[in-house]
Amino acid sequence: MATRQTQSLARLMRAPAILLLLAWMIVPLAMTLYYSFLDYNLLNPGSAAWTGFFNYRFFYTDPAFFAAIGNTLILVLGVLAITVIGGIAIALLIDRPIMGQGIVRILIISPFFVMPPVAALIWKNMIMHPSYGVLADMARFFGVQPVDWFAQYPLLSIIIIVAWQWLPFATLILLTALQSLDSEQMEAAEMDGASAWAKFTHLILPHMARAITVVILIQTIFLLGVYAEILVTTNGGPGNASTNLTYLIYRAARLNFDIGGAAAGGIIAVVLANIVAIFLMRAVGKNLD
Amino acid sequence: MGSITLKQVRKTFGDVEVIPGVDLEINDGEFVVFVGPSGCGKSTLLRLIAGLEDVTSGQIVIDGQDMTDAAPAKRKLAMVFQSYALYPHMSVRKNIAFPLKMAGMDAAQQEAKVKHAAGILNLTDYLDRRPGQLSGGQRQRVAIGRAIVREPSAFLFDEPLSNLDAALRVNMRVEISELHKKLATTMIYVTHDQVEAMTMADKIVVLRAGLIEQVGSPLELYRNPANRFVAGFIGSPNMNFLEGETARAMGAHAIGVRPEHFDLSKTEGLVAGTVGVAEHLGSDTFLHVHLDGGTQVVVRAKGEFPVDHGDRIYLTPQDGRVYRFDEKGLAL
Amino acid sequence: MARATTQRSRIGWTIAAWFVALLIFFPILYTIITSLKTEQEAIAGFDLIPSFTLSSFEAVQSQNSYWRPFTNSVILSLGSTLLALVVAIPAAWAMAFSPTKRTKDILMWMLSTKMMPAVAVLVPIYLIFLRTGLMDTRIGLTVLLMLINLPIVVWMLYTYFREIPGEILEAARMDGASLRNEILYVLTPMAVPGIASTLLLNVILAWNEAFWTIQLTTTNAAPLSAFIASFSSPQGLFWAKLSAASVMAIAPILVLGWFSQKQLVRGLTFGAVK
Repeated sequence: MATRQTQSLARLMRAPAILLLLAWMIVPLAMTLYYSFLDYNLLNPGSAAWTGFFNYRFFYTDPAFFAAIGNTLILVLGVLAITVIGGIAIALLIDRPIMGQGIVRILIISPFFVMPPVAALIWKNMIMHPSYGVLADMARFFGVQPVDWFAQYPLLSIIIIVAWQWLPFATLILLTALQSLDSEQMEAAEMDGASAWAKFTHLILPHMARAITVVILIQTIFLLGVYAEILVTTNGGPGNASTNLTYLIYRAARLNFDIGGAAAGGIIAVVLANIVAIFLMRAVGKNLD
Repeated sequence: MGSITLKQVRKTFGDVEVIPGVDLEINDGEFVVFVGPSGCGKSTLLRLIAGLEDVTSGQIVIDGQDMTDAAPAKRKLAMVFQSYALYPHMSVRKNIAFPLKMAGMDAAQQEAKVKHAAGILNLTDYLDRRPGQLSGGQRQRVAIGRAIVREPSAFLFDEPLSNLDAALRVNMRVEISELHKKLATTMIYVTHDQVEAMTMADKIVVLRAGLIEQVGSPLELYRNPANRFVAGFIGSPNMNFLEGETARAMGAHAIGVRPEHFDLSKTEGLVAGTVGVAEHLGSDTFLHVHLDGGTQVVVRAKGEFPVDHGDRIYLTPQDGRVYRFDEKGLAL
Repeated sequence: MARATTQRSRIGWTIAAWFVALLIFFPILYTIITSLKTEQEAIAGFDLIPSFTLSSFEAVQSQNSYWRPFTNSVILSLGSTLLALVVAIPAAWAMAFSPTKRTKDILMWMLSTKMMPAVAVLVPIYLIFLRTGLMDTRIGLTVLLMLINLPIVVWMLYTYFREIPGEILEAARMDGASLRNEILYVLTPMAVPGIASTLLLNVILAWNEAFWTIQLTTTNAAPLSAFIASFSSPQGLFWAKLSAASVMAIAPILVLGWFSQKQLVRGLTFGAVK
């Protein structure tokens, strides 16, 4: 099949996709890098002067920056912990021969298809609202003071919302992995007298290792960029309590019109994402074929 | 017409030389089998002939025309693939008609040819089914049907029976042989199974590491293997090889004796040993004998032969049935 | 006896599974219920039984401001996905059927472009859109969404195409099919299911995209995700109407999503989990 004509044709067919992605990756990134060395504010255009590393130093000395990095890490790790552990538990639960499995699956997968702004609005107004939310209704029923979630626990609230959106994804992938487990293997373990816990730690978990790695990798990529949920619920506040790196850069660029500063932040975000990516690509690379 | 000539055909994949240079003459109407262990280059050689791979150097001549650089469709060859490669979204009828449609034949003629082929292959009742609804043997016949409607100058078969179960394999083997007799068209057949090679071929080409070890009719290869590799590969069960003292006595580095060419005795013979496993099939008895020197040999006795595990037995190779080989493994 | 225990445990697990499923689905369910309430009912405390009024839906639909974002969502998600398919189908085909030594690297590199944080290129993209007049236009956003989803589209198609056995294409070539006929009669019919799955998943992803749509639109090209995000508090739009708008924004995709569970796993794990 690898004849000469097909080879050159193949090159021609690959080219558009590769060139587009190459341009998409290099051009804006190069521009970001360039802007990050400029003192450039849209509020006084025409005065874009070269400032060297000023923007980076400014970012580095800004307490909001470290708060944002911390919040980003807590957000990512918190959501990962909830979704991976919860996902394994739910996958094990619905892998059993239960009645109405198809409907159960549909109910569980549904939050994933809810667009982030809607998810945030639902939680903000229907569930967590301090006077009209379901949780407030429940608190009143038990005679407890309702919690003002977004004022008192802003980051935790956002973690809950984002985890709700991603739990279905983790569950679905882990369930898929679980279902590919060889049933004869499980029967053999049963014949060998393995307990349920032993089967879980020695057979099921190792079998799902690859799927778990994939879940962590893919979720991390998306979780680093959580934005709409924050915009709709807390606007990053109170103070910087729920501002992650994405939201901080958005604020610099769009609310303060500080192009240079936002670009420097963008470069820092790239560096961070790449550290995670290299780390995880290696882990996945080991697991992929 | 379907004569095919390979002249110094070489094929390399990157730095790996798969076919170092093959010369071969295939006559019109012959049934030629390429046989050898997996990785010997037999499938690559077939694909070079088909035009599915480019030759690195050398020449492929089909019916006197240089086809080295011609596209597969231009070579007037038809191929039956190991996986059958049926089009899963088309009915059997459409599968068989596909090459005719590609050739721009009108619908009525297509239908007539499909009917004819289906008749030959017992597929008439299945023409409207999809490949997914057919058994392995039926799929195999559809693949053959698709090949024969083209009336090619030669058929190429790439391990066509390896996905079938044992019983079906024997049936299809006979069907393909009969088809060859009926059509009298050149067929090139690739297999790793020496039984298929022996039973079907007019001419067997034994390949190892991309090189032709020997070319000849089944019985020529059986009677006069050119070297130890061919001797060991052709014949079932495999030929037994004895080295050391016994061989030196006959002026060879090693001697080969086929399982069916031993005379058995419970009292005396050239070499002595102990029976390990005895397989009693009724028509034959196969004995796995541990010789006193440590070598293990397989011996075939006709009919029923009453021995058990642990019995002593004496073996004598029959006169004129001993093959002698030198250090390089070449026949003496 | 063993049978009775199995039956009892089955019922137990069923109850547990349904409890978890309903808990997870509850926010959506409650939004649907609220959308069927009157505004007074909606803020009157917890109640699972609405008066089943469609007045909120009518109110939202009668506003012109709802239909424009809805149309934009349809155009953007379908347009960007179709555009991505046009670019990705030839690329994925080439990589699946004429792989080179670098094919794996190219695929990994494409995956890595997905790891670039969107916010890192917010500034240049924002400025480019501002200066070229693409800001708040459908065409600009369509192209952008296409670029964002292109790696996933290529990967998904690649994994589907890889499952088409090469021998079938070789058989077509032996049967005398020209390249055009090979594509028309053999490859396309076999590839269509995979292409459809890819289309489905990427329409969902594009429909739900909520970073760039918010950054690069105001009113003209704003899809539902940007439109809904502007109601960060229900002022002006009351609880029941907000719920009705939310239900209308997610319902089409929810239904599509239910049909695409399998493809979702495959598409979002880049074929690593099947």
